[in-house]
Amino acid sequence: MSGNFGGTSSAVTEEAPGTRVRNGSGVSASPPLRPRRRGIGWAQRLEIAALSGPAILMFLGFVIFPVLMAAYYGFYRWKGFGVPTNFVGLDNYVTILQDSAFLEALWHNGVIVVLSLVLQGPIALGLALLLNKRMRGQSVIRVLIFVPYVISEVIVGTAWSLILQTNGAVNDVLRSIGLGWVAEDWLANPKLAIWTLMLILTWKYIGFAVILFLAGMQNIPEELSEAAAVDGASYWQTQRRITLPLLAPTIRIWAFLSIIGALQLFDLVYIIWGQYVASTAGTSTMATYMVTEGRNAGNYGYGNAVAVVLFVISLFIALLYQRFVLRRDTEGALTEGR
Amino acid sequence: MARTAPAGRRPRDSGWSNPTVYVAALLLVGLMLGPVLYIIIGGFRTNSQITTDPAGLPDPWEFGNYTDVLASGTFWRQVGNSTIVALVTTIGVVGLGVMASYVLARYRFRGRGAMYALFAAGLMFPATVAITPLYILIKNLGLVNTLPGVILPQIAFGLPTTVIILVPFLRAIPKEIEEAAAIDRCSRLGFFWRMVLPLSVPGLITTGILAFIGSWNSYLLPLFILNNQDTFTLPLGVQAFASQYSVDTAKVLAFTSLSMIPALVFFSLFERRIVGGLTGAVKG
Repeated sequence: MSGNFGGTSSAVTEEAPGTRVRNGSGVSASPPLRPRRRGIGWAQRLEIAALSGPAILMFLGFVIFPVLMAAYYGFYRWKGFGVPTNFVGLDNYVTILQDSAFLEALWHNGVIVVLSLVLQGPIALGLALLLNKRMRGQSVIRVLIFVPYVISEVIVGTAWSLILQTNGAVNDVLRSIGLGWVAEDWLANPKLAIWTLMLILTWKYIGFAVILFLAGMQNIPEELSEAAAVDGASYWQTQRRITLPLLAPTIRIWAFLSIIGALQLFDLVYIIWGQYVASTAGTSTMATYMVTEGRNAGNYGYGNAVAVVLFVISLFIALLYQRFVLRRDTEGALTEGR
Repeated sequence: MARTAPAGRRPRDSGWSNPTVYVAALLLVGLMLGPVLYIIIGGFRTNSQITTDPAGLPDPWEFGNYTDVLASGTFWRQVGNSTIVALVTTIGVVGLGVMASYVLARYRFRGRGAMYALFAAGLMFPATVAITPLYILIKNLGLVNTLPGVILPQIAFGLPTTVIILVPFLRAIPKEIEEAAAIDRCSRLGFFWRMVLPLSVPGLITTGILAFIGSWNSYLLPLFILNNQDTFTLPLGVQAFASQYSVDTAKVLAFTSLSMIPALVFFSLFERRIVGGLTGAVKG
């Protein structure tokens, strides 16, 4: 644990006390500063505008505005040239919700969301527990496990499709160790492809989950497990009764990020399965559907409508999760985490 | 918590015999690194070696693939494009991000909560959702097939992460320093320039690296905006190369491994900051 790591996380955890001090000083403490805090003068308003203006303008212009425009374009049949004129009302949305290709993609997204949680969660938890033990070379392993996360999706996709193709390295190794009957067309077989995708996704993103969980475990006071050991608890009992419950806030936040990422999955599928094969291999997602049916087909109105559907679904799930899972333990995260 | 963390805080070892743990750890490292090594080592083989024995080692080692790629103008042009895009994106994200974060962390005004919520909400939605309308916006601005057409949206989409990481960081700068600066007749802006920026260098580096690697690896946005080979960034280049030379597997592997070097170098240099920044962002 270096100073850097500690420095960053301490800055984060001190957010709460920092806010408290701020509120306090406004009411009673430090009289010399009081006049400054009272009203906001013109100079200060100007500073606020000058400092935050550029960022807000960029954000509104290139993030919020496009999303709003998608809602507008989604009502038109439009090829992307000039001003859209062919208003079709909700036709695009009706088409989307009736298109079996979209419904399949939606189903795949759902499967990927669930499988990501079910596969990556326990594996990452196990790895984090393993790496949380005292051992030589621990820091090296922590770095190496994070390497796939840093490599670009294009490289990951290119490498894995070469490794997994029918005459690739995986099948070759299987044949050479006498397991030739296991060799498969991992990428094109519709029964297998989604599992292949899950394998690659797990490989790519597991490091992120492990690092998060490890950071969460570092925050659990050691005295707790020591006390449990004194009371005769076994290693597994300690992990189950102390580590897991105290890690729950971290796990919930990871799950949230994982769900959002899985709903918007595009790069890896598009790179490995291309724009046409994805649907026959059973790996298409809402985002690949959006790109193939929208931009690649030249139907920009339709593509924007798909973007709106994707946005609404993501937002709906995000809000549900915030409401029912995250909010309940925000206070817990603050008190338990330290 | 941070006060106890650095002092050799190690969890107790119990239950497992050490060899099991080490074997598991080694297996894990092998699994994580295997595909990466496959690309790098595969680049040193010939196509016939790869065809006859897909999982073998180079025999003999063949350096031609790497030297061919390194001698090609296409590769270096793409490296150049990626570098320009990543550097300008990083400067933009960190510059605009630290200014906005300073306001959010150190000023009290109406709408501050809303402004923070705006950026926090942006964290939930990567560029995927907005890409189709974004492409139309860039087209209307006449920026298709130009690097600014990629840079500007990347800055905007990089801001949420940066703000979420930097606000707590800037907030943690002790009040006393600001008060001392105020007594010395240092304006708030002067305080920002002379105290806040130097003190927040670690946070700026973390967010800068995240922005750089994110931009270096970015695929979807360049895919939409850059259709001209001359403006391709490396990820697009890798894909184009892989489909153009699909029979020349060895060269594809060499191209691919060369293109991941910068991200890997950056990562290994600043690994602790990246990891710290990511976990910090999530916890905050």
